[in-house]
Amino acid sequence: MSEAQTQIPVTVLTGYLGSGKTTLLNRILSENHGRRYAVIVNEFGEIGIDNDLIVESDEEIYEMNNGCVCCTVRGDLIRVVEGLMRRPGRFDAIVIETTGLADPVPVAQTFFMDDDVRSRTRLDAVVALVDAKHLPLRLKDSREAEDQIAFADVVVLNKTDLVTPEELRAVEATVRAINPAATIHRTTRAGLPLSDVLDRGAFDLKRALENDPHFLEAQDEHDHDHDHDHECGPDCDHEHHHHHDHEHHDHAHPSAIHDVTVQSVSLRGGEMDPKKFFPWIEKVTQLEGPNILRLKGILAFKGDDERYVVQGVHMIIEGDHQRAWRDGEKRESRLVFIGRKLDAERLRNSFEACQTATAH
Amino acid sequence: MPTVAPLDLDGHCVAAVFLNDVPFFAMADGSVHRLDHGHKTCHANDGLLCAARDPAADRLVTGGEDGKVFAVTADGEATELASAGRKWISTIAAGPQGAVAYGSGRSAYVRFGDGKVKEFSHPRSVEGVAFAPKGMRIGVARYNGATLHFPAADSRPVELEWAGAHTGITFSPDGNFLVTSMQENALHGWKLADGKHMRMSGYPAKVKSMSWSAKGRWLASSGAPAAIVWPFQAKDGPMGKAPLELGTRGNTMVTCVACHPGEDVAAIGYEDGMVIAARFADAKEVLLRRPGKGAITAMAWDANGRRVAFGSAEGDCGIVDLAG
Repeated sequence: MSEAQTQIPVTVLTGYLGSGKTTLLNRILSENHGRRYAVIVNEFGEIGIDNDLIVESDEEIYEMNNGCVCCTVRGDLIRVVEGLMRRPGRFDAIVIETTGLADPVPVAQTFFMDDDVRSRTRLDAVVALVDAKHLPLRLKDSREAEDQIAFADVVVLNKTDLVTPEELRAVEATVRAINPAATIHRTTRAGLPLSDVLDRGAFDLKRALENDPHFLEAQDEHDHDHDHDHECGPDCDHEHHHHHDHEHHDHAHPSAIHDVTVQSVSLRGGEMDPKKFFPWIEKVTQLEGPNILRLKGILAFKGDDERYVVQGVHMIIEGDHQRAWRDGEKRESRLVFIGRKLDAERLRNSFEACQTATAH
Repeated sequence: MPTVAPLDLDGHCVAAVFLNDVPFFAMADGSVHRLDHGHKTCHANDGLLCAARDPAADRLVTGGEDGKVFAVTADGEATELASAGRKWISTIAAGPQGAVAYGSGRSAYVRFGDGKVKEFSHPRSVEGVAFAPKGMRIGVARYNGATLHFPAADSRPVELEWAGAHTGITFSPDGNFLVTSMQENALHGWKLADGKHMRMSGYPAKVKSMSWSAKGRWLASSGAPAAIVWPFQAKDGPMGKAPLELGTRGNTMVTCVACHPGEDVAAIGYEDGMVIAARFADAKEVLLRRPGKGAITAMAWDANGRRVAFGSAEGDCGIVDLAG
C-alpha cells in the first residue's frame, strides 16, 4: 500500500473576514461534487450547514523547541487531524478554514513537520481569498493580508463586481507583485469551479509546477507596469503565454506598490552543477529561512535527463525529479523566492555561481 | 504457551480495559465491545476520542467528538455524564470518589461524583489531563508546561514551566513525579517536591503511550524501536541514569506499552501489530501475539496479570492468555 493512496489531501483557505471564505466553504460543503469534506474551522460562525464533519478548533501556534523561531506548527490541527484520521472512511479530503488574521505558515508547516500528520495527509494547496474592494485597505493595516497572498498557491480575487476595471487591474497587479507564482482567479461571490481550488496538487512536487505553466513565466516587472494583452474573464487561469522576449532582469520589487513589504526574487540560469547547487540552497534556506515564505523552482542539472523541482517553506525544503526534459524544451533553471528582506543581488550572484562552467 | 483469542472489530481501538474481569474495547466510532459470555456491544460517544478506566468505580469513562462524557459500567451500560459544548473532548481521566476530569478547547473540567462540574480556563489548549494518585488534584498538560489544580479547594493553581508543547500527562503512582509527553519526541518530568526538571529525550518518534510499573519504580514508554523504560527508584528519578531498552526491533516501532500489575514486566505493542512481554530484570522476552493488520494502540492487563487485552489501529483486537 503506497502512502500516496492513503494520504488525504488538505486544502487551506485563508482570507480576511468578508473576503468570501464562508461562501466558498458553503459551496464546498453543499455542492454535489461527489466528494465528502471534513472541515476544520476556528468558529462555526456563519456556516449554515449542520454537518458532523465540521470541527471547531482553537488555533494553537506551537513553536518547536529546536531554537528555530520559524519552526511553528498548529497544535490544534495535529490533534484534530489525528482524531479525524482514526475514522478515515468518513471523508475524502480536509479543508482548513483559518481566521482572517491567521498566519498561514504554521498551518502549512504542520503538514511537513509533524510525522503523524505527514504520513496520513498531504497539503494540497493554500488558497487565499481576497476582497478586491478592500485589499488596498487591508494591506495598509495588516501584515497578515500580505502574508496570506504571498503564501498562496491560488488567489481568488473576489467581489470583482464592486470595483472598476482600473481598480481591478491595480489590485491584481498588487497581488502579482506580492506573489508572482500564484494562480489568480477573478470572481464574484466566490463563483469559480471548485476544481480551481480543490485537488490542485500545489505541494506535490510531481504536479506543482507542471499544471502551472504560468509559474515563473511572467515574473518580472511588466505585470505592474502595464496590463495583460487581453481582458480575462472570471474563469481565466491566466495560463496563456506572455510574449516577452526581452532579457529578464532579476530584481526584487518590494516598493513598486504601496504598502507591500513582501518581495519576490526570480532567478533564471542555465544548467546547474548539483554539487554546487545543493549546498547553496541548503545554506540559503538555513540562513534566510525566517525571511523566506515560499520558494519554488525547476532545475536543469548537468548530465541529468530529468527536470528537478524544489519547493520550500521557511527552512523546510523538498526536492525531487519530476519528469524527463522534453525534446526541444530549453534546459534552463528557474527559481523564485517570496519573502522579506531578501538580498536579490546576492541571491542572483550566488545562484549563477552554481551553474556549470559551460553554461556561461 | 500464551494463546490469543482474536476479536476482529472495525476501526481504530482507542482503549482496551478490564472491568470486573471482563475485557472491553472502546472504538473510535463510539462502539464499546466486551467479551462477556459472548461478544456484546453498547454505544458511547458519536466519535470517541479518549477513554480511561476508572479503577475506583470499575467503569470506563470516555470523551468524544460530540463534546460529551460517557461512563460505561462493567455490565455494559453507557450513561452520559457531562456535556461540554461543540468542541471535541480529546482527553479524559478518572479520579477519586467518582470524579472525572476532561479537556475541551482551552478548558479543563472536573465533574465530581455528585454531578457538580467545575471549569478551569487556560490561555492555551488543554492537551492532556491526569489525576494525582492521592487527594483531589489534577495536572493539565499545556503549551510551555503543566498546571496543577486543586478542584475541591479554591487554592491557586501551581504552574510548572518548560518551553514547548506538552501533549500527554501522568503522575507517578507515589505522587512524587509528574511526567509529560511532548510534541518534540521527548518526555519532561518534574519532581513535585522541589520542581526539579527531568529531561528524557532521544526518542525518534512522539511518545504516545506511557505506563508506570507496579509500585511506580519504572516508567515505560513508546516512541522508539524498543520500549524505553526509565528508572524512578532514586529520589531524583531517572536523572543521570540510562533507561532500559526492551524488545528492540530493527524494522518497526513500539506504539504501546502496558506494565504488569504486580511484577516488573511490560507488555510491548508494535507498529506491525506484534505484542511481546519483557521482563525488566533480565530483558527476557516472550512473544504474545504475532504481527497483525495494524499498529497496537491500546493494551491492558487484567487484575491478576494473567491476560492482556490489546487493540489496534485497524480493529484487530484480542485477548492474550499467558497461561495458555
